[in-house]
Amino acid sequence: MRWINITLGLIFTGVLGFWGTREVISDPVYFLELLLGGITRGSIYALIALGYTMVYGIIQLINFAHGEIYMIGAMTALIVASVMGLWGWNSAVIAILAVVFAIVYSCAYGFTVEKIAYKPLRNAPRLSALISAIGMSLFLQNYVMLAQTPEFLPFKSLIPDFLFWEPYAHIITSVELSIIIVTIIVMILLGILIKFTTIGKAMRATAQDKVMAALLGINVNQVISTTFVVGSATAAIGGVLIACHVGQINFFIGFLAGLKAFIAAVLGGIGSVPGAVLGSLVLGISESFFTGYFWSEYEDVFAFSILVIILIFRPSGILGKHETQKV
Amino acid sequence: MVTKKEIKQAFFIALWFMVLTFPIMVIKVNTIKNIVIFRWNYLFWIGIGTFFAALTWNYFLQLKENKQKTETSDDIPLVHKLLQNARFKIPFLIVLAIFFLVYPFIFPMYHTSIMISALVYVMLGLGLNIVVGLAGLLDLGYVAFYCVGAYAYALLNLHFGVSFWLALPISAVLGFLFGTLLGYPVLRLRGDYLAIVTLGFGEIIRIIMENWDSFSNGPRGIANIPPPSLFNIDLNQHNTVIYIYFIVIALVLMTIFFVARLEDSRIGRAWIALRDDEIACQAMGISKVKTKLTAFALGATWASIGGVVFAAKTSYINPMSFTIWESITILSVVVIGGMGSAIGVIAGAFVLILLPEYLRAVAEYRMLVFGALQVIVMVFKPEGLIKGVRKIYKFKKVEE
Amino acid sequence: MEPILNVENLTMIFGGLKALNNVNITIEQGQIAALIGPNGAGKTTFFNCITGIYEPTTGDVTITPPGKSSQSLKGLKPNQVTQKGLARTFQNIRLFQGMTVLENVMIGRHCRMKAGIFGALFHTHAQKNEEKKAIYDSYEILEKIGLEQYVNEMAKNLPYGAQRRLEIARALATDPFLLLLDEPAAGMNPQETKELDDLIIWLRDNENLSILLIEHDMKLVMSLSDKIHVVDYGKKIAQGNPEEVKSNPEVIKAYLGDESEDA
Repeated sequence: MRWINITLGLIFTGVLGFWGTREVISDPVYFLELLLGGITRGSIYALIALGYTMVYGIIQLINFAHGEIYMIGAMTALIVASVMGLWGWNSAVIAILAVVFAIVYSCAYGFTVEKIAYKPLRNAPRLSALISAIGMSLFLQNYVMLAQTPEFLPFKSLIPDFLFWEPYAHIITSVELSIIIVTIIVMILLGILIKFTTIGKAMRATAQDKVMAALLGINVNQVISTTFVVGSATAAIGGVLIACHVGQINFFIGFLAGLKAFIAAVLGGIGSVPGAVLGSLVLGISESFFTGYFWSEYEDVFAFSILVIILIFRPSGILGKHETQKV
Repeated sequence: MVTKKEIKQAFFIALWFMVLTFPIMVIKVNTIKNIVIFRWNYLFWIGIGTFFAALTWNYFLQLKENKQKTETSDDIPLVHKLLQNARFKIPFLIVLAIFFLVYPFIFPMYHTSIMISALVYVMLGLGLNIVVGLAGLLDLGYVAFYCVGAYAYALLNLHFGVSFWLALPISAVLGFLFGTLLGYPVLRLRGDYLAIVTLGFGEIIRIIMENWDSFSNGPRGIANIPPPSLFNIDLNQHNTVIYIYFIVIALVLMTIFFVARLEDSRIGRAWIALRDDEIACQAMGISKVKTKLTAFALGATWASIGGVVFAAKTSYINPMSFTIWESITILSVVVIGGMGSAIGVIAGAFVLILLPEYLRAVAEYRMLVFGALQVIVMVFKPEGLIKGVRKIYKFKKVEE
Repeated sequence: MEPILNVENLTMIFGGLKALNNVNITIEQGQIAALIGPNGAGKTTFFNCITGIYEPTTGDVTITPPGKSSQSLKGLKPNQVTQKGLARTFQNIRLFQGMTVLENVMIGRHCRMKAGIFGALFHTHAQKNEEKKAIYDSYEILEKIGLEQYVNEMAKNLPYGAQRRLEIARALATDPFLLLLDEPAAGMNPQETKELDDLIIWLRDNENLSILLIEHDMKLVMSLSDKIHVVDYGKKIAQGNPEEVKSNPEVIKAYLGDESEDA
């Protein structure tokens, strides 16, 4: 079995490598565009995937409503920006306040969702919590749709086109550049939070063993809430950035983005923060090449196929640890 | 009853929600026309609403906790108690039978048509109940098999003139095969991974139908799908609907009958064992692979039959009828009705499909309510509206 | 005569941890054997390895069912192992909560039944007879174990001791020749333990069974066992009849610890 896998893998890589090299040589600019587009896409996935992977690491639940938190972040930014725009405020002030409001509100929603839909089910079967999560996702989508509109709303980019970047803008726009830079900064901050702060240590302890963590005096409920809040904050940043990039949003954007980000998290090994980032980049870049070189209409099919293949051949993902179920 | 502390708590929760929902509920923006509307009255209603909601929520949560502490044995739902009582059961079934028999003749076509949808959902719900309720496999892509059935009939009819009656068994077999085919790669996946992958499969099938123009006619769909034929008699539209109604009634009865038999068979017990404890189930000599595959395949069979009926009833299908929301609606029927409980699923289908149809005012809130109900049911009544009971075996005094 | 179970050089490695290290154990027909050792010695891992739940890193497990030829259990799935005639119970009770007591036992009959989808849907003659027989057999097993008064009760509502016995009943229903009991007396009071003791002996004498049990209750182990195997840190350190094991210095050390170690 093993050598068949290896041989198949080598043949596949070889063919892909040969074909890829030919494509790169024939049109390097297109290749570069796709690569950078993929990294941008991957960065957004990473910002959302972090929330999935952190929540999963700590309470082993797929937080289905996470995509909606991201959507609410983008929506809040849109609303705040529109109102302030109407009042004729300075665009830089608007941009900053919109982002701040988006983050604050996403965090508040993430926190509330956890308290309503997941906390009472802490000791229930996992299936119950998952269905509750699906219900929450459905509720939030329809809440935003009914309170606002089912239509797509144009989103005026909060990020200006940087003048100094103009010579390179045909390869990668200022917005895309900002997405990549912001993502890197968020990742570093998050890394510091998890590695060095008290709450980060408490999170890691809770993820490993809830009961033991509680016995050592860690307030587990508080840690779980914090995890939701942190995950929601990164999702909100992702939401605002993608809205700037795409230029329009509606109540439904969270669903597919959430799914893709979840796929990315699984790809990297759910529960692992570096895994989520790696998985997101892998998914983003490969999607970008797939749609660029093959069929763009089958983009989602491609993403799901990757998920299925990964789960079948490496169920714990690229960086995930293989765990044996305890008997 | 309500303490001061609770009122204070509810007050703060209401305040919290007023702040929380402020941007989305109060400010309505339209960036196309650049209009911003403030709806301050919503703020007031949110405050009042969440205040009382918080009080009720806490009250029931406490009730549930107290119940968990005091009660260990569980009570049998009222419906089951009544149905176990022969004096009640027979008249009840007779009344029910008469109601469904005369229904299409009393009510206008529109109502019969709605009833047909509800009955199709009963079928789909019972089929999904095998997978989710009995075998415990959360399938979020159930609509894929529904889609397979509908397209199988539409395409077979379009190209080969296959009739409804022939399409029914063909799609059933096709559904069975597809169920096995899709079930196979996901065998090793546990609960939540399975949910995502099946969701993916459901979406893949829909996207393929949308894009593979030469095969499925793409997003334009397939029109003029003929209704079922009755010995070459020409039926007018109303009579066709009545005819389909009785076909669906027959199919639903068949489904109830077969599902009940499956539930109390060797296979049904294996499903429940798998749901309750996968490792112990295997250690008791049950093949995980076989058990999961039969659950998937049989569930898919019913979805596929439901698809044929759907295509015949609407006479037009396109990929938009088979989105993830359809899967979630069917799942809601099962979950809210009561996982693993046939009566619950039937009740769930009627409540969830008929209510929004008749309460037109709330129709647009349908998905909102589904979502909220899923959360509420899971938090307060995880076993659903009517939970399942197991068969009682009677033993005569065993002869020595 | 060949031993009915022959485990040779069984090794199980988790990551860097050797949970089992070259363990050899044989069990003779009609024997009650015990596997003892301090917590975390690898006893349950041993069970999981021979019943197919874990795949051992190296080593061979061979069975010789009474009246049949020898065969290896290598690479078999847990359900296939059960089909070959090894049945087990679990240390942390793993009953099927959503089913009645009778149905739990009927699950055990599953691998001895044949009815498929067709039979279930159309209630064929063969299926009906088989089902009837399964119900009858299961009831009979419940009577033997003394649980017949609970027959239609949900499994989760049973008292603790009865749940442990139900696990044994469920295992018996698979028609095993070797019964593996993982801490059957855990959490039982002295009265229940006494009844369990009688039950195990009764099973050996009347059901033609051999039994391998993991147990911490030394009184029970010493009074029941024909042979005791002792493991510590995944290694087998001693075997013999109760007297021999009791006086073995290695065993005493494993249980009481060196002076340098905390017990």
